[in-house]
Parts: sequence; C-alpha cells; structure tokens
Amino acid sequence: MLDVKDLEVTFTRGVEQVHAVRGVSFRVEKGESYGIVGESGSGKSTVLRAICGLAPTSGGEISFDGNPLPVPRDAAFYRRVQMVFQDPYASLHPRHTVDSVLSEPLAIQGFDDREQRIERALEEVGLGQGFRFRYPHQLSGGQRQRVAVARALILEPEILLLDEPTSALDASIQAEVLNLLDRLRAERGLTYILVSHDLAVVSHMCERLLVMQHGQAVEELARDALRARAAQTDYTRRLLQASVGYSREDAA
Amino acid sequence: MSLLNVENLRVTFPTRQGPAEVVRGVSFTLGRERLGIVGESGSGKSQTGRAILGLTPHPGTATADRLEFDGIDLRGLSSRQWRGLRGKRMSMVMQDPKFSLNPVMAVGKQLMEVLRTHGASRAEARRAALEMLEAVQIRDPERVFRAYPHELSGGMGQRAMIAMMLVSAPDLLIADEPTSALDVTIQIEVLRILDRLVQERGMGLIFISHDLRLVSSFCDRVLVMYAGRVVEELRASDLSQARHPYTQGLLNCLPAIDGDRRPLPTLDRDASWAE
Repeated sequence: MLDVKDLEVTFTRGVEQVHAVRGVSFRVEKGESYGIVGESGSGKSTVLRAICGLAPTSGGEISFDGNPLPVPRDAAFYRRVQMVFQDPYASLHPRHTVDSVLSEPLAIQGFDDREQRIERALEEVGLGQGFRFRYPHQLSGGQRQRVAVARALILEPEILLLDEPTSALDASIQAEVLNLLDRLRAERGLTYILVSHDLAVVSHMCERLLVMQHGQAVEELARDALRARAAQTDYTRRLLQASVGYSREDAA
Repeated sequence: MSLLNVENLRVTFPTRQGPAEVVRGVSFTLGRERLGIVGESGSGKSQTGRAILGLTPHPGTATADRLEFDGIDLRGLSSRQWRGLRGKRMSMVMQDPKFSLNPVMAVGKQLMEVLRTHGASRAEARRAALEMLEAVQIRDPERVFRAYPHELSGGMGQRAMIAMMLVSAPDLLIADEPTSALDVTIQIEVLRILDRLVQERGMGLIFISHDLRLVSSFCDRVLVMYAGRVVEELRASDLSQARHPYTQGLLNCLPAIDGDRRPLPTLDRDASWAE
C-alpha cells in the first residue's frame, strides 16, 4: 500500500548539511501495523515526517498505491493519511477548543454532517460530549492524546502515522491509549506506521518492524522473530538486552 | 546507623482553593543502599526528593516530624548551613542535562566551581574534575572539560552532570529521573556508573523514577508512591509479589515483548488508595 524506496532526507542550514535518513526502504501492506524502532537521532521520526511531506526528501521515492506522492502533498493525500504526534501538550493549539480542533480538518476537506462527525469522533476515543468545548489545559495528558487521535481519525483516513504516541504518558495511561489504537484498527481496518523507542510497545502493536540506527535501516524483522530473540544484528540484540532493564552482571 | 531518616514529611503548596498537600506524610530510612521511589506524574516523588535537600520551590513549604541526615537535623537550617551540605555531602542529579548545566560555562569550570566553593585549590580542583570525568566513562575528558554543554550529546551531558554531582564525593545522592531523557543503551551505562559508586564509595542513593521495571532491576528497595503517600514498600526482588493493587496495576499495564494480552489491563483507580 505504501512503498518507501531508498529514502534520503538531508537538512541544510547554511553550509551545514545533516544527512538524517540515508537510503531507507520498506513496504507496508494494507491493514498492517508496521513499527520503526531506534534511539534518538536514528532518523525514525524523520521517515514519518517525510511520508507526510514535513521533511525535505533529497532522494528516493515514496509511493502510495503505486503512485508517487505529489510534492507538496495535496488535500487528497491528507484525506487518506493522517499523523499523531508525540507530545499532546505541544500538538494541540492552546487557545482552540476541542471542538475547533476537530472542526478544522472537516472544513478544509469540505465534509458534511460536521456535528455528527464530531460527536461520533469523541465517542469513539472514549471522551464524552462533555469534553467538546474544553481547552487543552482543561484536559489530562491521556485525554489530550485521545483528542489528537480523534483529530486524525475524523477524516476517516486509511493510514495513521503514529510518532511515539505514548512516550509522554504515564504507564497506566499508555495502556489505555494503546488499547484504543488497537480497537480502532480492528474496527476500521486501519493501517498503522508506528515509531517508538520502546521495543515492548512496538512488539505489542506491530506485526513487523524496522530497526534504525544513524539514519539507516539496520534490520527488518517480524514480531515472532523479535519474540524468539532472533535478531540478526548486534545493534538489535543490544536494544533487546537493554529493554529488559538493568542487571548486575552488566556491572562486572 | 542509617544515613537518612525521614518521618512524616509533608509538602504543601498554597492554591486558590486552599493549601494543596502534594506529599502527605512520607516516612522512610535510608542506609548505604539504592532506594527507588516510583510513582506516576503527580504522585509527589520528585517533591519528596527536593524536600530532603531543602529545595521545595517557593511558595511551597515542607514540614516533617523528623528529617535527619547523618545525625544533622535538616529542619530549619540556615542558608549558610545548607550551602555547607549541598553539593558537598548531599547532591541531586536532575532529569535533563540541558536544563541543569549552565549553558554559558565550560563543563570543566562548572565541575571545578563545586570544589572551589568547598575550599579546594585551583590545581587540586582541576585534577579532581578530570579524574571524575574519567570515572563516569567519558573517553576524552580533556575535550569534555573544555566543552560547553551544547557541544555534548544527551548521554555525555548527563554523565557530565553526574560527574559534577559526585566530584565532591557526597554521602547521599538523589537522582531524579536521571536516565529518562536518555536512550536505552546509554541508560544502562549511566546506571552502571551509579551502581559502581554505591558499591565502591558506600554512597546512599535515592533513585526517583516512573519506570517500575527499571527501578526494580536496579535498586535494593522500592517505595511506591500514589497521591503523595507511600502505598507500598518492598524489596526490589519481591516486586512480583506486590500486594497493593496500585503496584500490581502498574506492573500489569506495561506491554511486554513476549506478552500478547489484548486489551492491556488498565488501572482502575480506587479512591481509597489516596486515603
């Protein structure tokens, strides 16, 4: 469904160049949930932003259903692909109510039945109508992230790009948001691309995953291979080991 | 004898709706060991750590029936007395090196400042600072010594921060989410440094974190905080036998690489936990 081929992203500032993504390729099928794992600076978020048209691609090709994506992305693209960002504290406008956050994409895309769509979107993410006219500062972190998910889903997209959707949240709230994402995917047959530094989250949510380091794809593996600890590269093995926690043997 | 004695510690902030108590009667003792304090945001874990160092931000106030460090009563110390303790005998590592190092002062100078304040000569301070940078596994201490904080990566910055806090060889270190801003592989390295210091120097360590799994694999003993209270205290190795429903809930709601529970169990908060 979505095909990324030899993607390169270079940020240029003056004479300085940062080569953030160096030739990454992967393919995501319809209805699949695909994970991208890596540490900070590995370029994992940049890949998502490049798909969305938010990062300057300097090489490679991204195609959607076989057609290369237009630059800049058009409204039709955003109708089908939406993104949820990491920090719900930063990604919602502090002076817009939940209602206006949800109305804006509907207005841009020229949807009808806006009233019902907003009501339904709030119900679906487990927020009642009572939240409709609140401002972000009147919501908790988990509620904000639910609003961000509602905003992405209100256009009934096919693909959801999730950039660390739970890393700013407490563990118990993370569980709620992950369950919500899981349920919505099952109900709507959504396709996910989820970026996270947390192997456990990716293993819970995704059938296949790509490990990135220094802007390059290190290896791609299936969930079963991850669970069997059948990593091919040292780097993935190190990540797996670190995710267990600290062990005294490490100190020796 | 224990290093730190805390009895009935309370931290209160005045609000428009009247005083809000964010730490409500916390008591514990600390020996020369690794004690973890775990809780979610707003549980009062950071305020507990700050109150021990007398760093409760204005206009909050901290009171306790007993707050003793190595036989010294910490309640009602003068600013001068605090200066003699903080940095020298007890210190704190904060979460994010970007905000806790001075951005316009070279790292080495900041390290030396700690020692100079407590009476070391320039040459002594320089030597000790370089040694400390080496001790926290910085490969090129001379370069880091001259570098400004923005020239260092997150992991390096956090190591420099830890070096600064340890250069005066404190007896007590309070580490507030020292590794949360770091990548997992670097996280383990930083923990290894702290671990070694506890074992070699017999330092007391309070490790504050939201990450129950990490804390239980690293610390000897864990306090679980909820709504300003300690709801459970247990040996880290006995975590799987936690009795309080909040601790159990926190453990259960984490996704695991091997687990495939769908939906994940969520935490049903009981009003009685906050009582």
